[in-house]
Amino acid sequence: MSGAAQDIAMKGSRATRIIIYTVLILFMIFYLLPLYVMLTNSLKPLDEIRGGDMLALPKNWTIEPWRAAWSYAQIGVEPTGLRPYFINSIFMVVPAVLISTALGALNGYVLTKWSFRGSGLVFGLLLLACFIPFQIVLIPMARILGMLGLAGTTSGLVLVHTIYGLGFTTLFFRNYYAAFPTELVRAAQIDGAGFFQIFWRILAPSSAPIAVVTIIWQFTNVWNDFLFGVSFADFDSIPMTVALNNLVNSSTGVKEYNVHFAGAILAALPTLIVYIVSGRYFVRGLMAGAVKG
Amino acid sequence: MIDRFQNWLPRMVLAPSFFLVLVFVYGFILYTGYLSMTDSKMLPSYNWVGFANYEKLFRLRHWNTAITNLAIFGILYIGISSAIGLLLAILLDQKIRAEGFIRPIYLYPMALSFIVTGTAWKWFLDPGIGLENTMHQWGWDSFQFNWIKDRNYAIYTVVIAAVWQSSGFVMAMFLAGLRGVDNEIIKAAQMDGATGIRIYRKIIIPMMRPVFLSAFVVLAHLAIKAYDLVVALTGGGPGRATELPATFMYSYTFTRNQMGVGASSAIIMLIMIFSIIVPYVYSELRSGDKR
Repeated sequence: MSGAAQDIAMKGSRATRIIIYTVLILFMIFYLLPLYVMLTNSLKPLDEIRGGDMLALPKNWTIEPWRAAWSYAQIGVEPTGLRPYFINSIFMVVPAVLISTALGALNGYVLTKWSFRGSGLVFGLLLLACFIPFQIVLIPMARILGMLGLAGTTSGLVLVHTIYGLGFTTLFFRNYYAAFPTELVRAAQIDGAGFFQIFWRILAPSSAPIAVVTIIWQFTNVWNDFLFGVSFADFDSIPMTVALNNLVNSSTGVKEYNVHFAGAILAALPTLIVYIVSGRYFVRGLMAGAVKG
Repeated sequence: MIDRFQNWLPRMVLAPSFFLVLVFVYGFILYTGYLSMTDSKMLPSYNWVGFANYEKLFRLRHWNTAITNLAIFGILYIGISSAIGLLLAILLDQKIRAEGFIRPIYLYPMALSFIVTGTAWKWFLDPGIGLENTMHQWGWDSFQFNWIKDRNYAIYTVVIAAVWQSSGFVMAMFLAGLRGVDNEIIKAAQMDGATGIRIYRKIIIPMMRPVFLSAFVVLAHLAIKAYDLVVALTGGGPGRATELPATFMYSYTFTRNQMGVGASSAIIMLIMIFSIIVPYVYSELRSGDKR
């Protein structure tokens, strides 16, 4: 996303400019519309949604749907709101992100500065693992988690997310460290510095940008995961996405659209905040994940 | 002594990740592959049945629906996302003053969970309370948009929501590509008298081929994996109208107790993804070596 706009073309007439801006604005509306709908309708009483215009602002503003979604809406059989699941997600995301990022950093360091016969193969295996459809691991994973006594626990989910995040975290750090001058590492080696000393003193201090990219990438992926959550979690470990789906798609009772919208925003909030605060790093992660090598 | 330890240290650091991936990815693939050739039902069984599950799979109407849906969804999702992405990238590259404000708006859906996207579009497209009802309120009484409730059209609502989520990301990829085009080439074309749209059609878009390829690979692999969005948006329905291979695998394995068939469908998904990813990763790694 760097570099200035190209010096091309379409200098054209005023009319061309107007058309360009119109199209750009129409697409802005398209992308913002669902967020607008969720937000306005989460602040309306239910009968206002049922009887009326989804695109209108609330006539009677209310924050009750938000309170319901957070603390007392019926999810599954329990009227707990989304709060306990939000907390489950936090306890799942934080360790999974930190462990997979730390391992990724060390792996990237080894693969670029201490490569050995066969390390290229290891990297290839890690890289390919980024793209497998997770359906392929569901059955054996369920069994292994059971055997380890981790079925239905947050620790089990942390393990799962750490393992399947390793490919990307390693990829990010490897590509970043590849551009780091190897001479510095060799010089430190001659001065008698060891493996970890070199990592801590020389590479780690300049790793902040890639660490931020990796952490944001992992945070977004793990927070937004649904498949592993729905397959391996129990009440004490069900993450936010699964709880939201239970809230919205439970077949019993009145459909409280306003509560669903408030819940959806609550589930989106952490990643949305990360995106707003550090969108540049978020995009960099996306691009690094898409364009390898 | 210390030197030898220092020599082994890098391998020891890499070993846990190597071991984890070897077992939990490749070992698991082999295990699932093995199960797909057994008569496993609710629990894994080790009775060898050869390719019987695959034969059964491809005779199932349910699976054929899932594959047909994947084809429709995949083609439209990749095609429309790429078209919108390219269009927006080119328009944003015309010295737009508010670019820094517009771009993040196009891209934010990528930060959301598919469950959130599914929830938002599910109710927005619901004829009872969403768009259709709203248009009626506005006085357009004949307006009809009930695709999400219609067996023949529900799959297109999955396309709409998925395009909404990822087209901004494709825009970002194309924009990065456009910004990487050498200005000299454009200047030379302008000297030859080529203008505007012609430069794009004849010179720049053909140069975007690597970006098209990357976008295709990313979108195709997302399409094959698509699961959450369908669950949240339509739940696979109405009926089975929006089943995809990922939802098929889950329901056969965990709710219909036909683990052997479920495992064989997972293997087919893996083959589909690898046939796209492996050549791509291979060529990327090779071109990386050449550099």
